[in-house]
Amino acid sequence: MADLRSTFLGINSPNPFWLASAPPTDKAYNVNRAFEAGWGGVVWKTLGEDPPIVNVSGPRYGALYTLDRTLIGFNNIELITDRPLSVNLQEIRQVKRDWPDRALIVSLMVPCEEDSWKRILPMVEDTGCDGIELNFGCPHGMSERGMGSAVGQVPEYVEMVTRWCKTFSKLPVIVKLTPNITNILNPARAAKRGGADAVSLINTVMSIMGVDLDTFSPSPSVDGKGSHGGYCGPAVKPIALHMVGEIARDKECAGMQLSGIGGISNWRDGAEFMALGAHNVQVCTAAMVYGFKIVEDMIDGLEKWMNAKGHRKLDDFIGRAVPNFVHWEQLNLNYTVKARIDQDLCIQCGRCYIACEDTSHQAITREKNGARHFEVKDEECVGCNLCVNTCPVENCITLHKLPLGATDTRTGQRVAGYANWEIHPNNPNRKVPADAPVAG
Amino acid sequence: MKSQKGQGAIIAGRMQPADYERNFGDVAPPLTAHQAAIETDRCYFCYDAPCITACPTGIDIPSFIRKIGSGNLEGSAEDILKENIMGAMCARVCPTEVLCEGACVRNKGEAKPVAIGALQRHATDWVFGNNIQLFKRGPATGKRVAVVGGGPAGLSCAHRLAMLGHSVTVFESHDKLGGLNEYGIAAYKVPDNIAQREVQYLLDIGGIETRLEQALGREITLAGLRRDYDAVFLGLGLAGVNALGLESEQIDGVYDAVEYIARLRQTKDLSKLAVGRRIVVIGGGMTAIDIATQTRLLGAEDVTIVYRRGKEQMGASPAEQEWAQTNGVKIKHWAKPARLLKQGDGLQGIEFEYTRLDAKGRLAGTGEKFSLDADMVFKAIGQTFVPAVLNSSADVLELSNGRITVDDDRRTSLPMVWAGGDCVAGGKDLTVAGVQDGKVAAISIDRTLRA
Repeated sequence: MADLRSTFLGINSPNPFWLASAPPTDKAYNVNRAFEAGWGGVVWKTLGEDPPIVNVSGPRYGALYTLDRTLIGFNNIELITDRPLSVNLQEIRQVKRDWPDRALIVSLMVPCEEDSWKRILPMVEDTGCDGIELNFGCPHGMSERGMGSAVGQVPEYVEMVTRWCKTFSKLPVIVKLTPNITNILNPARAAKRGGADAVSLINTVMSIMGVDLDTFSPSPSVDGKGSHGGYCGPAVKPIALHMVGEIARDKECAGMQLSGIGGISNWRDGAEFMALGAHNVQVCTAAMVYGFKIVEDMIDGLEKWMNAKGHRKLDDFIGRAVPNFVHWEQLNLNYTVKARIDQDLCIQCGRCYIACEDTSHQAITREKNGARHFEVKDEECVGCNLCVNTCPVENCITLHKLPLGATDTRTGQRVAGYANWEIHPNNPNRKVPADAPVAG
Repeated sequence: MKSQKGQGAIIAGRMQPADYERNFGDVAPPLTAHQAAIETDRCYFCYDAPCITACPTGIDIPSFIRKIGSGNLEGSAEDILKENIMGAMCARVCPTEVLCEGACVRNKGEAKPVAIGALQRHATDWVFGNNIQLFKRGPATGKRVAVVGGGPAGLSCAHRLAMLGHSVTVFESHDKLGGLNEYGIAAYKVPDNIAQREVQYLLDIGGIETRLEQALGREITLAGLRRDYDAVFLGLGLAGVNALGLESEQIDGVYDAVEYIARLRQTKDLSKLAVGRRIVVIGGGMTAIDIATQTRLLGAEDVTIVYRRGKEQMGASPAEQEWAQTNGVKIKHWAKPARLLKQGDGLQGIEFEYTRLDAKGRLAGTGEKFSLDADMVFKAIGQTFVPAVLNSSADVLELSNGRITVDDDRRTSLPMVWAGGDCVAGGKDLTVAGVQDGKVAAISIDRTLRA
């Protein structure tokens, strides 16, 4: 039986699924319900200095839907907690006392002044919480006041504040990163330099959900006006996976733990983040859409998958995909695939044909002997995967690798062994091996 | 309960008022906006979509569905109505399971096509509900075209001719336009007077004069129309009803299904419409299904359809057969009527002989018989074109298999005379096919008149 127990920065939790710092973790009432439902830990919604900030009285959220109103993207303009600091601290203390086996991290955001951090850290530590997460990610409302992503976007600030926290507190420090930056490695490395024990990512992506075509107000619209919010939910998962992977494979960041966040909706998403180097994961949007009960499948599904694959503990698969996450230059340019359409599964919708014909390589036929029939022309197929992506039937179109030595009818070349861009003849900056024979 | 025999068993008001309302209410309630959105999401927007090919009028179905999905309902309705001006009726009466929905690629794998008919209704209901006229008359050409028959073929032709700028006069033998949309078709498929609302929408384009209660061979002649108009379109329908060929077929209790269906459609208070207790319907097409189901819904106790061949040969689609059966109609196959059973002057029942295919594949009686009690027997064994209406003129129209011969442009053998709908040879006897005939003929007429 797989063991789902997680140890993150020495903090134990019965499973690796935590609730991220967000509305679901704003009060003891919600957090108690989350723990009852089985969540392994929570990051308490970000605390700030008194007087508490003020939120808009609505709307705070916006959504991107499919036509069936399945929520695929979510955005918010809510700020950090709007409750008095003392109320939050008191509740945190009680909750930790009531749930000693769960992880309880406190998210913090105070001005970039040493005194502010010096003041709040002892109060937080006194609650008995397990650690702190520095909110350097919130991209709206607080950033305009010099906090949140305004800090996360300046590596020097990240390093400085992280160092203060490590200096004035004994608690493990997690630095939460913003994706609203050109290269995620810069703030991640800065956090490391400042002594961070871990980074968590991603926070939300700056976004406008839409524009009301009657009122011309961006949405969510507050009295006819909209400001940018933070985007999250399933749509941001690919962005988050990339950033987690970048840090996981970075040598300078080695030694820091990673908490993966971004569109995680089920155990499979969670396992993917962990395979790419996250040591645990945090969830918000899925819980806000479906309620806390979703953690049941997260736990159950992960356990069953681990059993099926023979992973006995989380460490057996954490980071397993990291060595396979390489730079483009290292991809095998001699790897050659051709699409194949399973005629028994094909429903004849023709989407592969028109996608390939209009927008790609004209590599699919549309008829055979005068009848509707879709088939790949190997001599045109570049193996791009577009037909696979447009096909509505799972596994109807698949990519098949040409064996070593086979002739690619598109290029007339034989399939050779591994060769990447770094040594490709078309690369003007190619690395020619020292012992390579001189051409001509 | 005392058994009633003969004419006495045919009475009105067999049910409570609420029963009539329920039984003849909307058989397929409209989709809500959310249901429509979900359904549009199911459309794969196929390349060269099979549903388009399967539609006799060639509506660009994936496009109209995509437009519903994007909230462009007006554009959606335009996609539908520019190919099929009777798209609202067709959304309700087309046998979609054998046309567009039968061709939907979702049938393979999940056996559940996109609900194209319901979506078509969604878009056309929207445009009717918002009273948006999508079409306007073209610049006047000064040409005048006579359209004989105000059914789907004639009205489709008239509308397209008006769009192209011609002046149209529609001659209709009944006192209402619509043809089978108004006088045929089961009532529960077309509640809320949709047939007439559609006719009005179509006429609102302008340039179409209507002359009601004007029948060919009665008030008007083909020769006269050819003399007075630049072109003539004949959308005459099928006026004749096939006979059973039995002795005493004229007695009370033996009815023509088409006539009864028309009466039902024109009856405002269905509780006033008399219906028998035990009904036998002879036939296997849509008319048989419609008369059987509707008499059952009027309160008849036992309704049996008897068809001389098997389930697969029935003209009514499997879905229609199931619909009748779900409503309590019994369908018996492989039997043909042999003799009407009388009691006094009235009908008591009908005797059938079992049938089978002989060694040469021909239908033959087996000699075995059975009889069914009936106080009403409905003939629903097909309709025929009555060429006599054309006889009043010296012009002779060529017929094939008893219907008017036309070419691909729906031209008849006579110059400047076109025809379409059920009265032409090779037709599908479907509203949607008639609409296409009228449209194709109008385009041909226009091209000819401008030449």
